[in-house]
Amino acid sequence: MKYDVIVIGGGVIGAAVLDELARYKLKALLLEAEDDVATGASRANSGIVHAGYDCKPGTLKARFNREGAAMMEKLAYELDVPFLKCGSIVAAAADGLDALKELRERGLKNGIPTEIIDREQILKLEPNVSESVEYALYAKQAAVISPYKLTVALAERAVKRGAEIRLEAAAESIEKTDDGFMVKTPKGEFCADVVVNAAGGGAARINRLLGAEEHQVNYQRGDYFVLDTTERKKINLVIFPLPTKLGKGILAAPTADGNVILGPTAINVEEGDTAVTKEGIEQIKSQITKTYRMPDYRKVIRLYSGVRAISGEDFVIQKSALVNGFIYLIGICSPGLTAAPAIAKHVVNELISTYKPLVLKENTIVELERRVKAAHLDADKLNALVKSDPAFGRIVCRCEKVTEAEVLLAIRSAVPATTIDAVKRRVRAGMGRCQGGFCAPRILEILSRELKIPLNEVKKGGKDSFIAMSKIKEEL
Amino acid sequence: MRYDVAVIGGGPAGMAAALAAQKKGASVVLLERDKRLGGILNQCIHNGFGLHYFGEELTGPEYAARFIEKIEKTDVKVLLEAMVLDIEPDLTLTALCPSEGLINIEASAVVLAMGCRERTAGAINLLGSRPAGVYTAGMAQKIINGSGYLVGKKAVILGSGDIGLIMARRLTYEGAEVKLVLELMPYSTGLKRNIAQCLDDFQIPLLYSHTITKIVGKPRLTGLYYAEVDEKLRPKPETEKFIECDTLLLSVGLIPENDLVANLDIQMSPITAGAVVDEYRGTSVAGLFSAGNVLHVHDLVDNVSAEAEIAGAAAADYAAGKLKTDEKIAVTASGGVRYALPQYVYRGEGSVKIYFRVGEAMRNKRLVVTSGSKTVFTKRYFVLSPGEMESITINKSEIEGNIELKLE
Repeated sequence: MKYDVIVIGGGVIGAAVLDELARYKLKALLLEAEDDVATGASRANSGIVHAGYDCKPGTLKARFNREGAAMMEKLAYELDVPFLKCGSIVAAAADGLDALKELRERGLKNGIPTEIIDREQILKLEPNVSESVEYALYAKQAAVISPYKLTVALAERAVKRGAEIRLEAAAESIEKTDDGFMVKTPKGEFCADVVVNAAGGGAARINRLLGAEEHQVNYQRGDYFVLDTTERKKINLVIFPLPTKLGKGILAAPTADGNVILGPTAINVEEGDTAVTKEGIEQIKSQITKTYRMPDYRKVIRLYSGVRAISGEDFVIQKSALVNGFIYLIGICSPGLTAAPAIAKHVVNELISTYKPLVLKENTIVELERRVKAAHLDADKLNALVKSDPAFGRIVCRCEKVTEAEVLLAIRSAVPATTIDAVKRRVRAGMGRCQGGFCAPRILEILSRELKIPLNEVKKGGKDSFIAMSKIKEEL
Repeated sequence: MRYDVAVIGGGPAGMAAALAAQKKGASVVLLERDKRLGGILNQCIHNGFGLHYFGEELTGPEYAARFIEKIEKTDVKVLLEAMVLDIEPDLTLTALCPSEGLINIEASAVVLAMGCRERTAGAINLLGSRPAGVYTAGMAQKIINGSGYLVGKKAVILGSGDIGLIMARRLTYEGAEVKLVLELMPYSTGLKRNIAQCLDDFQIPLLYSHTITKIVGKPRLTGLYYAEVDEKLRPKPETEKFIECDTLLLSVGLIPENDLVANLDIQMSPITAGAVVDEYRGTSVAGLFSAGNVLHVHDLVDNVSAEAEIAGAAAADYAAGKLKTDEKIAVTASGGVRYALPQYVYRGEGSVKIYFRVGEAMRNKRLVVTSGSKTVFTKRYFVLSPGEMESITINKSEIEGNIELKLE
């Protein structure tokens, strides 16, 4: 099977590129190493749509942050992804005023207006800043979005537009042939004229596989606390500290799904090392009090961490000079999520277009069907649904009020959920305060039934991540 | 739909409350979110239930069946797979179930019997990776006993609460090796009989004052680091050791599941995480009662049933306008008594039973109960354990003023 374009990597960048590609008359395929999209940095970050004031002017980061942020609200609506335009502040003590002014200036150079406000104005927006906070840089355009739902939805729309996705299809080797590229994966060999490397943390390795340009990548882990939805009423917007050399610092933010997160740290690690450390959580606890006065650690429901791949100061987004037809994206760290839709446009319209003519398909789907959240519907609508399918009346996740029907829709969707984690990312079953204690056994059974596999072949997420091991008494 | 009494939760507390209310002549609806009545009892296939209540030893499902059979013989309306989504201050319930859709239920009195949930890895800030192979003990119990699948081969259990202990034995029976049980505190929060029958009988080591410092493995657990803790419960780095395992069970505490009523203005106890109640298990909201593990975490289901019967009967009386309440007498705890429940009693005839738990393991203590200036009860205890609920009975005729339970 020959494709026009193969995209390697099912993170937000790969999914956005695939979605953009699928608008055109091109045969496009995405290869993802894991058993779902959004399993790397795209599932574990802050979920912030950054305003874009703080990027170094003139960089790709500055450009794509600005462009991506401007696209995000409409995109979130089209894809029916939770998005909340809550605004952000950089909170500073009295001695931080000059640094805020500098940030504001940089913002203006980037075309991003912000305003500096004093404590009285801050308290109107966010009563829960710390006592020491005197000034803040307010960016009303900043927002939060569910990063994994965005990635899944982009992948879904791409598939509905005619693109293909292969999961558990890690690129084991890539060969340049007379006729383009051949990518070998555990799921078979795939050929294409153009290959886009959007492999995130593994992107430098993919370049090496092919003998393309070498790029040095550093990995930085960011740890987070997730707080219960009960805490959501204690925070209105994203609260950053003053940025440092290490990045935007440890923030407190509402999530688009109604939790609160505290984090991230910036700790140097090996690729893929997402183990949360004591050092990490202690850093968060000591830093957060400088900006946010209401963290209640008794309300922690989850720790998580993600790993940023950093390659120098800017994103690396290039056509390879060594391998014709090869495009690579390396070091797409913050603000990569915000930048994703703009990066995708750039990659398709300015880079892929140099290899492949772009001819728009007619009638490509724009809006995804609105996802049903049964417990949020009004009585008449919900009752009509329950009448048509009683599964809409059967709540399986009590914390997040998710019905069996919603789980089934996720399993039967364009990018089907086949693991407990994949269901969780799509419909939030298991994201609540009991963390799947009650619903995981039920989701296990539903997946087993729907996928027609025994319970002990259902995975949490990842190779051999089985939850049930073997039938009891089987070995006796 | 209109009922005198609505009971939320069809576990042991809800079933006993519904039966008690029905016996008083009330019309009763019982809402259960699972497919069958019985609650967590259905996955507790070990025995040891009912010694106090039925005078015989039953398994969990057998204990539940006794109540289910009784309910089936009454006109109690049972709604299964019915999740209550909301309670209004006027006690109108909104519930969703596959058979009826979204329904409103008006009730004169409501009994909360939603039970409790388990503390999670996140809640205890478990460090390291987030692999498959980490279960709360109850979740593992559900998979093993409910679905018939083993969860792993080499297990470590954190926490010596009762479910953890029961699961140590259960895993052993099914051929898994339980390598270690770690307990953060210098004592167990489980029943003594469970330590003997579930650990000692199988020579499973239990390390007190130990905790996990980090878990490793991805995507499946491959091992964990653990260490002894100091008196402030901080791990001592020099004592850290590694143990290989593919399974970790967490038995690190139970939390009354009161989220449903978070928006109601109910006075809650920060110690029990349940409502503050009077002797009828009535909360600070008139007509709203609470019983079982949603009120405070119990050690024995027998106590749950007894407590829920009080609540159910009182709810029926309240609905009929017959519940007599007058001046509230506060019941307080001090001197090593962690809490006493109910927190309020009434004057009158007869007697009232007060339950209490201690905050830490202790020996040779005398419980002194005073009311006003008078000592109304004393008892010597050779051993008191935080895992075991104790109870005393006070003659109401002796009540002079506020009641205080104190250990000397």
